[in-house]
Order: sequence, then structure tokens, then C-alpha cells
Amino acid sequence: MPESPQPDAPLPDERGLLHLAVALDGAGWHPAAWREHDARPEELFTARYWADLVAEAERGLLDLVTIEDSLSLQSAHPFEPDERTDQVRGRLDAVLIAARIAPLTRHIGLVPTAVVTHTEPFHLSKAIATLDYVSNGRAGIRVKVSGRADEFAHFGRREAPRVSAEDFDSPSGQAALEELFGEAEDYVEVLRRLWDSWEDDAEIRDVATGRFIDRKKLHYIDFEGSRFSVRGPSITPRPPQGQPVVAALAHRGEPYRLVGRSGDLGFVTPHDSEHARQLVAEIRAAQAAAGRADETVHIFGDLVVFLDEDPGAAADCKARLDRKAGAALTSDAAVFTGTPAELADLLQEWQRAGLTGFRLRPGTLPYDLEQITRGLVPELQRRGIFRTAYEASTLRGLLGLPRPANRYAAGAVDATAALV
Amino acid sequence: MSSKPLKQIHLAAHFPGVNNTTVWSDPAAGSQIDFSSFVHLARTAERAKFDFLFLAEGLRLREQNGEIYDLDVVGRPDTFTVLAALAAVTDRLGLAGTINSTFNEPYEVARQFASLDHLSAGRAAWNVVTSWDAFTGENFRRGGFLAQEDRYERARQFLNATWELFDSWRGNEIVADKESGVFLRDPNPGRFDHHVGEFDISGRFDVPRSPQGRPVIFQAGDSEAGREFAASAADAIFTRHGTLEAGRAFYGDVKGRLARYGRSPDELKILPGVTFVLGETDAEAQERALVIRRQQVSGQTAIKLLEQLWNRDLSAYDPDGPLPEVDPLVGEHTVAQGRASVRMHRDPLTVASEWRALADAKKLSIRDLIVEVTGRQSFIGTPAHVAEQLNEFVQTDASDGFILVPHLTPGGLDEFADRVVPLLQERGVFRTEYAGETLRDHLGLAPLSVRAAAAS
Repeated sequence: MPESPQPDAPLPDERGLLHLAVALDGAGWHPAAWREHDARPEELFTARYWADLVAEAERGLLDLVTIEDSLSLQSAHPFEPDERTDQVRGRLDAVLIAARIAPLTRHIGLVPTAVVTHTEPFHLSKAIATLDYVSNGRAGIRVKVSGRADEFAHFGRREAPRVSAEDFDSPSGQAALEELFGEAEDYVEVLRRLWDSWEDDAEIRDVATGRFIDRKKLHYIDFEGSRFSVRGPSITPRPPQGQPVVAALAHRGEPYRLVGRSGDLGFVTPHDSEHARQLVAEIRAAQAAAGRADETVHIFGDLVVFLDEDPGAAADCKARLDRKAGAALTSDAAVFTGTPAELADLLQEWQRAGLTGFRLRPGTLPYDLEQITRGLVPELQRRGIFRTAYEASTLRGLLGLPRPANRYAAGAVDATAALV
Repeated sequence: MSSKPLKQIHLAAHFPGVNNTTVWSDPAAGSQIDFSSFVHLARTAERAKFDFLFLAEGLRLREQNGEIYDLDVVGRPDTFTVLAALAAVTDRLGLAGTINSTFNEPYEVARQFASLDHLSAGRAAWNVVTSWDAFTGENFRRGGFLAQEDRYERARQFLNATWELFDSWRGNEIVADKESGVFLRDPNPGRFDHHVGEFDISGRFDVPRSPQGRPVIFQAGDSEAGREFAASAADAIFTRHGTLEAGRAFYGDVKGRLARYGRSPDELKILPGVTFVLGETDAEAQERALVIRRQQVSGQTAIKLLEQLWNRDLSAYDPDGPLPEVDPLVGEHTVAQGRASVRMHRDPLTVASEWRALADAKKLSIRDLIVEVTGRQSFIGTPAHVAEQLNEFVQTDASDGFILVPHLTPGGLDEFADRVVPLLQERGVFRTEYAGETLRDHLGLAPLSVRAAAAS
């Protein structure tokens, strides 16, 4: 295979450190996880449950947690609802969970999931700006598209694309994906413009002239796309980070382009280190094609993990859960069972393939989360590839992303100094 | 003493808004956007055992003369997000948000309110408003123009759709029995099928029933349609009737409508939004009130407020000089956009001639006149005097309580909490501890059964 063009982008942290995120979803990523002895299935809809999980992640000095979400009930089927009664069903809005947790944590990044296909970019923009305010600069957003017919019916505004997973590579499947991800790209553009629609020093409180704001520093964004238009400015001032972190999970060319063009952070699902290398090359190429080669775009590898200090115990746990579920766990991401040290070996190998970090999906909660924070993290620290204290107070800071200049500011000077 | 038992007063705190009631030029004025300001006001309200905190909403920055209005506080957070965060720093305080039914969809709003109610353990409330303007609609993919007469029909349809979603989980579906492996008792929870008016939705709602069943419902607005809507569907009304007489008339009218919907008068609380100024003596309070009024109405603000009635550019006029000799421009309002108050001016020519007469009689400048005719504080006096007035309002059925609108962020409620609330407690008309856990408990509303909710 010919070499993909490799932009000169910062790849793994220059100190060799890797970044670590945990993906929180229900009782864990195994469908039978809720039946484990330490699971708390009756508390899934309480604030305390989520607060405890995120506090544990923060004790482990993780960069961020993501919180899954969708606009339909969970289902064993990827594209339509089911009627199973043996798995967790029901969830809370992820942005609101993140907001509820924000005042209880100090350092960890909070990255809820939001579906962009059916929602208003104006609302999500101010919601994430507000998450950034209530967390003092720790907000991110993972954008997600929805092609599911049932979710379209929940909104009743337009027809769902008539495409099933097997058809994604057909011309009509391709067109449907292009449309969904094209809309997502427009949506992210609107989020970003709205976050910049107030300059940092727009609020002047000038008693002499009676003016609270300098209206020249508020900007109409005048986004006009084929799918929607948004006038602006936001009703919410520019958030503390300037631009909260935008993330997406990507399995194919269309979302790789979304990450390359619009994202700060992509989650990918490699099967091995060679696959990881290919995925990284594809996103780096999209990044370069978008003229962003000199910007930091993180690429985290996703893994479902079952961990235990005792060799073999994690595999036993997964086998036990598979029996309860009546089927072996299937996942878009690779499934790892083993000891924290074995996982550390794997992460180092994949890091050498160009991944800048990992998003671990605990097979069960809280057990596998605690194995990450109390087993994996100390192991990575011993190897000198993970932080031993939080070095920054914002999520952008933890990810090594500078606070960006405002696109609308005259001269686009560094806006940090002007922050009121 | 009459033998009638004393009514208990309900109190709420309105986060200072983006209008000229909120004074930003005072040295004590803090940030309108930092979370610490919201925490301060919420904790003050909870320390004083208030029923709830209230957030307004406006989805487009106001404009006047085709430019973003720059004289008032500007900028506020997303309502749901800040309320969810406040749930973390309070335990009992109700969390009421204004959410528009024009620029949202029922499925999303229902899951946000159900989530907020879960995450606050039963403290969520929804002030249902409906916008009419294409101006705000320019910020939304769906646009949003709605003829004014269609607003309450839209609100009713939207509310009915969300109620079907809230009630699609009955509250007993989740078993979560690890031994047997049964998580759900029902294979099909959350099923809904709603095809009324412009809502054509079906499927399965994804948030299990929340502690209150659904958020407490507020309605704001005094029109005939608004009163009827409130009587049929709301748990509380946010009104603007500032005098005893007007309050009693409104109270009697609205409470009288409830029976038609099979509801008792207690099931709808009437809560006017009010302002207050305290002082060591009544005279000192009056002086403070005037100082605050002049902070609220700068010379520049006076001209802008006058333009809203005149419907003309009056920027050349001196606020310390006399009123313009030209008359207001009658017809379509073109000067100010994004404000509810603008539509409320009745015949501009009549109002202008009244204002001219008043200015002539009292020798008032433009600024003096605007101070005189707009936004005077509702309750002014010593803490004892204000407590007495508030209590009279409630005991004589002009209201069931108040939504207090402080003029300062974030400390504008501190003095009221420290000095007026204890007096109301001494009189036995305001709680000294929260008796219940949910906002419905605080408001004296019975827990909602699925059946009752579905029937309404």
C-alpha cells in the first residue's frame, strides 16, 4: 500500500504520555453487566450513581469521561427497537448528567453525547457553553448522527433515510451517509461560530456611556447551509475555553472526514496496531486536506475492557456475563480481557501506531472502572506514560490544546490576555 | 383575628433578567453568567426555605434601531444545563425553567425535563411559553413564525404531546432483579402514539418516569387565552398584577375557572412577579428606591424606552430635556425587536399625551418621566412593613405568594432572606423547614398519579 500523506501534526504527546478517557454507559458495556454483584441497576437514574462514577474517574486522573446518549431506548438491534426485558433500558439526557456532575468535580473533562440529526444547533451550542461555565472550562461534546427510522418517528419532522447497515456501501447508502454527516459538519460549524459570536471582551460595563456591552464585539454568524440557517449571535457569552472540545466516534470515511475537518478528538475502533495505523493515517489525511495539519487533533482508540489483577479472572468474568446474556459480547470496538499490565502493554503498542490516547469502555461498572483507575493508571504511571497529577484546569489544557483566538476578533490576536 | 386559617405564603427567586430592572452599574453588581452567581442566589433562596428558583429565557438578543441592544445586561446560560448544575449545590429548592414550545420538539423537551426531575430528585418545573416572532426564529432550523392567536393552541398541543411522553412510563416497569435477570417487567415501556395538530409522533420514550411524574407546570401571561390555558393545565401562574385590587380581581377570575376542569382552587397557585426595596425606615426605603430607579433608567436607557413607545429614532434628544414634540409613529412596530413589553403599549398617541401632561404638571425631563412611569418597585419599606404588605396580599386572596425579582446579581436577595423571611416565619405564614422533598410538596400539590395525569 502506498504511504498515506502524513501531515506534520503533533502525534503522541511529545513527552510520550498518553491520554485516557472512560466511556460511561448504563451499568457498563456488557449487556449483562447490571447483574454483577457490585452493579447498581436500581440507581441508574439517580445523580449519585453518576457522581460516584465520575469521582472515581477523577481520582484516576483521567482526561475525560464521555457519557453515551441517543434519542431512543437501548436495543440489542443496532437500527430498531427491541422488546427485551433482560437488559438495561432507559437513560437520562447526557448533557444534563454532565451538568449535574460538573460542580462536584474539579479537573476531569465532561464530554456528553448529543444527537445532531434532530436537535437545534443553537440550543446545543448554549448548552455546551453553559456546561463549560458550570465546570470552569471542562466541557466537550461528542456529536452523533442518527439514521434510525424510530428516532425520526420520535420527531415526526422528516422521512428517515431508507438504508440498512448492509447497504452503507451502495450508492443510496453512500448518499444517506453523506447527507447525515454533511449535516453534522454544518452543525459543528454553527456550534463553533456561535461559541465565537461574542468576543471575550464584549462585556464592558461602561457607566459613562451607559453601555453594558460593546455591540461591535458581538457577531451575527449568518450561517446559511442547504439544510438550515442560523443568524446568531448566541445568547450565551463565549465559554471559558473559547471553544469546548468537539469529539466524534468514527468507523468509516465520512466520520473520519468529520473529525479531520471539524473535530478536536476522534474515537476510532481499531482491531490491531496495523489497523490503528491505517485509521490514524486516514484521519490525518482528512485533517491535512482540510488545511488543519498544524492543529492538534487527538485520535483515541476505543476498547471494551474487562480487567482483573488475577490472570484469567477477567476472561472468566466476561464468560460468566456472556452466559447470562445468552450470547458472546459483540462490539464495534475490540474487546480486551486481561490484567492491567497486559492492557498497558497493548496501549503502548497501539500508541506507537499513532494513537494519542484511549477511550476505555468498562465492561462492568464500577468494577472495571476501578480496575482502570487503581490498576491500569498506576501501571502506566510506573512506565512513565501517564500523568501523576492534573497539570491543567481545563479540558483543552489537559489535551494540550491552546485556547483558540476568536475567529471574529479583529486581527485575530491571542484573545487570552483580553479575557475579562 | 378571623377564624379563617392563615394561608401559607409561597416564595420564589427570579434570577435577575436581561432588562433594565437588573442594575449592572452598581459596584455590588456581579456576573450575570458565572456559575458562582447562580449558586449564590440559589443557596440564598434555599437558606430562606423558598419554594423555587425561576429562570426566564430569551432566544435572541434584543435589538433596537436595527442594532443589538447594549444598555441592559446581556447574556445568559442555557436553562436546562444551569438548572441541572444547580441541582448539585442545592437539596430542596425547586428549579423552574422557561422553555419555549415553538423552537423545541416534544420528545427532546420531555426527556430533558424528565432527566432534570430525576437528577434533582423531583424538583423540576417548566414555565411553558410560546414565541410568535420570526425574528427569534432566525436562530432555529425550523424557523418559527406563529400567528399570535395560534400561540396558546400551539402551547396546548405541545404540552399534551409531552404529557403523553411523561405518562408513557407508569413508574413500575423497572424490576432490576439480578437473580432472575429481569430488568423490565414490561417489554414495551414508553410506547406513545400522538397525532394531533402539528405533532405527528410515535415510538418509545426513553426516560423512565421521574419522581414528580412530570415537571410542575407554570404559565405566564394574563390574556384571556392564557388564563384559560392555565386553568386547564398549569400548576402555577406567573402574573404581573402589582396592586391589591388588580391582584384580587385576577385571582378570583382565574380560580373561578378551575371548577370547569374538575380542579379545586388549591391546584393552581397564583404568584405575581414583584420587586422590593428595604430600608431602616420607610422614608429611607423610599430614598433607596428612587436611587435604584435612577440606576435602572440611565439617560441613555430613558431615550431607548421612550423610543419603544414613540416607535421612532429619538437619539438626538437630551434625556434631561423635555419630551419630543413629534408624536409617536403609529402602525407596525419597527424600532424594537425581541421584547415582550413592546407589544403591550396600548394606543401610543393616548399614552404619549398622558405622559406629556404628567411631564408638564411635574416639570419632568425625559429621564424623570421614564423613572416615574415605568417599573416602580412593588414593595418599599422596612422589613416589617414589607412583610405585612406581602402577608396582606396573600391573606386577602390577591395571590398565593410571590416570585421576587431582585435588582442585583447575585446578592439582591440576601437582605430579604435575612430580614423579611424571619418576620413571615414569626407570623406563622412561611415555613421554617421544608416539609417535603419535591417541588410539588413545597407548593402543596398532591403527588401526581399516572391516571390523573392522563386524564387532564
